[in-house]
Amino acid sequence: MASSTVDQSQVARNGLREKVLTLNSMNPRVRRVEYAVRGPIVQRALELEQELRQGVKKPFTEVIRANIGDAQAMGQRPITFLRQVLALCVNPDLLNSPNFPDDAKKRAERILQACGGHSLGAYSISSGIQLIREDVAQYIERRDGGIPADPHNVFLSAGASDAIVTVLKLLVAGEGHTRTGVLIPIPQYPLYSATLAELGMVQVDYYLDEERAWALDVAELHRALYQARDHCCPRALCVINPGNPTGQVQTRECIEAVIRFAFQERLFLLADEVYQDNVYAVGSQFHSFKKVLMEMGPPYAVQQELASFHSTSKGYMGECGFRGGYVEVVNMDPAVQQQMLKLMSVRLCPPVPGQAMLDLVVSPPAPTDPSFMQFQAERQAVLAELAAKARLTEQVFSEAPGISCNPVQGAMYSFPRVQLPPRAVQRAQELGLAPDMFFCLCLLEETGICVVPGSGFGQREGTYHFRMTILPPLEKLQLLLEKLTRFHAKFTLEYS
Amino acid sequence: MQRAAALVRRGCGPRTPGSWGRNQSSVAAEASAVLKVRPERSRRERILTLESMNPQVKAVEYAVRGPIVLKAGEIELELQRGIKKPFTEVIRANIGDAQAMGQQPITFLRQVMALCTYPNLLDSPSFPEDAKKRARRILQACGGNSLGSYSASQGVNCIREDVAAYITRRDGGVPADPDNIYLTTGASDGISTILKILVSGGGKSRTGVMIPIPQYPLYSAVISELDAIQVNYYLDEENCWALNVNELRRAVQEAKDHCDPKVLCIINPGNPTGQVQSRKCIEDVIHFAWEEKLFLLADEVYQDNVYSPDCRFHSFKKVLYEMGPEYSSNVELASFHSTSKGYMGECGYRGGYMEVVNLHPEIKGQLVKLLSVRLCPPVSGQAAMDIVVNPPVPGEESFEQFSREKESVLGNLAKKAKLTEDLFNQVPGIHCNPLQGAMYAFPRIFLPAKAVEAAQAHQMAPDMFYCMKLLEETGICVVPGSGFGQREGTYHFRMTILPPVEKLKTVLQKVKDFHINFLEKYA
Repeated sequence: MASSTVDQSQVARNGLREKVLTLNSMNPRVRRVEYAVRGPIVQRALELEQELRQGVKKPFTEVIRANIGDAQAMGQRPITFLRQVLALCVNPDLLNSPNFPDDAKKRAERILQACGGHSLGAYSISSGIQLIREDVAQYIERRDGGIPADPHNVFLSAGASDAIVTVLKLLVAGEGHTRTGVLIPIPQYPLYSATLAELGMVQVDYYLDEERAWALDVAELHRALYQARDHCCPRALCVINPGNPTGQVQTRECIEAVIRFAFQERLFLLADEVYQDNVYAVGSQFHSFKKVLMEMGPPYAVQQELASFHSTSKGYMGECGFRGGYVEVVNMDPAVQQQMLKLMSVRLCPPVPGQAMLDLVVSPPAPTDPSFMQFQAERQAVLAELAAKARLTEQVFSEAPGISCNPVQGAMYSFPRVQLPPRAVQRAQELGLAPDMFFCLCLLEETGICVVPGSGFGQREGTYHFRMTILPPLEKLQLLLEKLTRFHAKFTLEYS
Repeated sequence: MQRAAALVRRGCGPRTPGSWGRNQSSVAAEASAVLKVRPERSRRERILTLESMNPQVKAVEYAVRGPIVLKAGEIELELQRGIKKPFTEVIRANIGDAQAMGQQPITFLRQVMALCTYPNLLDSPSFPEDAKKRARRILQACGGNSLGSYSASQGVNCIREDVAAYITRRDGGVPADPDNIYLTTGASDGISTILKILVSGGGKSRTGVMIPIPQYPLYSAVISELDAIQVNYYLDEENCWALNVNELRRAVQEAKDHCDPKVLCIINPGNPTGQVQSRKCIEDVIHFAWEEKLFLLADEVYQDNVYSPDCRFHSFKKVLYEMGPEYSSNVELASFHSTSKGYMGECGYRGGYMEVVNLHPEIKGQLVKLLSVRLCPPVSGQAAMDIVVNPPVPGEESFEQFSREKESVLGNLAKKAKLTEDLFNQVPGIHCNPLQGAMYAFPRIFLPAKAVEAAQAHQMAPDMFYCMKLLEETGICVVPGSGFGQREGTYHFRMTILPPVEKLKTVLQKVKDFHINFLEKYA
């Protein structure tokens, strides 16, 4: 039973039979799935870490995982209040402890009252604990300046990814020329391409405009859509705002234009807004699709179908491991909404600790609460540091010859463009690698810095990028940026 | 138009029929009416409708949270609003959720979880040292020493090692490799993922998946969603729901006509049926899978719930290994476990794992790739799983209390299993097979012809009709056998044994009274 790397000829020799489940017999759609954020370069990073542990000498002493938007893994501290309330929920005996503030205890009691058997261990209803759905609805209303949100339209999920996949599943239909097409931004967060591949939907790329800080251009949406109609039936449009990997924060005008476009062209809108708390650039502001939609009035407000997503993984919380999230659906067909609930019910419910975590995110301490000051201080510190790191990154990359970096207006990443000399491109091709993958692998081998090549997110033909998080602590980030730019200069020289 | 817009902005668009906004619906109606007045502004057809949506999703059914449960929810809300009913509360005996029915979590487990959640508590004198040790070990294995980081997609390494060690101990030394362990978001996640990878082909070569009837309807739901072919094999009710290999053979032969049977799913101990397979039976099944080249899925989430003194849990992994190399090197197997059942009842944590055996290395790579798209299972669930597989041992400070709590829960469940079986068998027109394991009774109910007719008049399955009446008259919510599958012309329902003993006795009495009345009414 120990795993072994047995090839087919060895199988034949040993008298082992051909397996039931092989690359040839498996689900072909699953085979086509790719997810670069945890793809081959990360596997190589793991191997290198292993080698370091075994004492193998390397030009570096640690591998820096700048590939994934996991703030706490890079040393960001959890928000105290969130963990206090959760600990009280997990172990209610602590409600008698003098070491927890009263407001934390009150929150915990409130959450537990809403749980089956007053325990986080009971299943919740499939759309999530009713009380928490109500709190989410109120959060949305506050965020959107009073525009109402109906708790019945809020569905909690195991991270935003879970809800995004569920909504996309609903949209699958047709075959051949009538197969559902889904417009996604290029560059994109590769959950989208992976899910479309798995579901056998048609991926329809629309390019963000690198020359204009990754702006979304409706003319480009038109271009993509009309070309797509040749071979599929486009039914949905995905927008990531703030953007991942690109970090742009859409202007209100842009969002209105997108909504008008979706309405005219009959596209279901998916708005991935998990970075709504991560806006750094002066002059940038987060506008929720829901708010803009409602403010546009009829016919848009009453007819445009929209699903908006949020998560506990990003923002100032960084609670990735809890898998907390929600989707708010607007103008969804009630019968379809019931179908969505049915689909969710097969998996019973989202993780209840994640639901509790989400509750605290959407209803944090109020100014009159004892925990407010510490909460605010911690939150501001995280966001301020992220903003500083965004600026630093942008600055260092912009000053490096051969590297250009659009403003990191929001989210958690830089997505700089790198010039690669033709000989490097050639070498990459000889090795059967995308040129930016080749660059990133070399970077990893020489410096221990793990970033994800732009080819994993999509980019215009002939351009090369990589995505790096801004999450390492400030001093470490400074060092990383210097190492990286030095490496790029060296690489350029080497392949000139 | 202004008026309609204002109404809409107050959040009064057309709504899902349901309890929220009953008093809003008239406003909504007003809004809709106003909107309808101007035809050029009337609602156009939505993009996403029942007709245009994914037909496979439409085909999915999941009775455990299906129509009867929705009805129970409505009735609960009516009770809350003070509407008079023949009962004062709805008893949710539809779902295997022990803590919702009052079972207490295991103290040690929650202590370790609290320490992991808020590590400041590691300095607190109120927590035993063995709990702190476990917490530190888990946290050290987490990114940034925090439950808040994503873990590797396969799960936290040291937890996978602990799971492998657990399996090895459980199976009397039969080795388990941590590399073959995948932590999952409940067992359902793992089952769904493996089935996804297995489904391929088209038309007559579409993958067929053999499932027991009666089954836990996750299987039929996933098969529907994946557009795979469901191949039913019937458990033998006359024989305590035994699995008969001849029936497996019958099923697979018939299936070969119209699909490519590739997968055989076993639930042991059984859900809803509660039977615990004998070792001989498991060997026969493995041999059959080997003969027919079927990938085996062994759903073993109730492995800690065995009550009958004549029964023992035998893991498929162990039996496979002990059958010798021809089997143990060839048969592909995936076994599943969870934190939701057993003595833990930690359903809300969504903790689980699968152990794969003899998977092609390239498939394992594909599996990790697929899992990576969803990043990782909830880390708190992984931590819960760790404590389940790595509980206090004799000599440790927490061992006594832990043992006591565990025995108490399991003893209680065993008592309730016997009680339920006995009570049901005293009712004329109900026959209940022994509850050897799991958490459910699945009694057969003999319905008079008139009742069946009445059901058909209401366009309901006869046992759904029965269960709806039971719900409306007693507040007891159980799931009709039609939701799990049963032989044509037979009727059942699944009820959990989870309410506290005294309440369970009351519930059983009420069901008895209802049943007798029902028989009289439809005589």
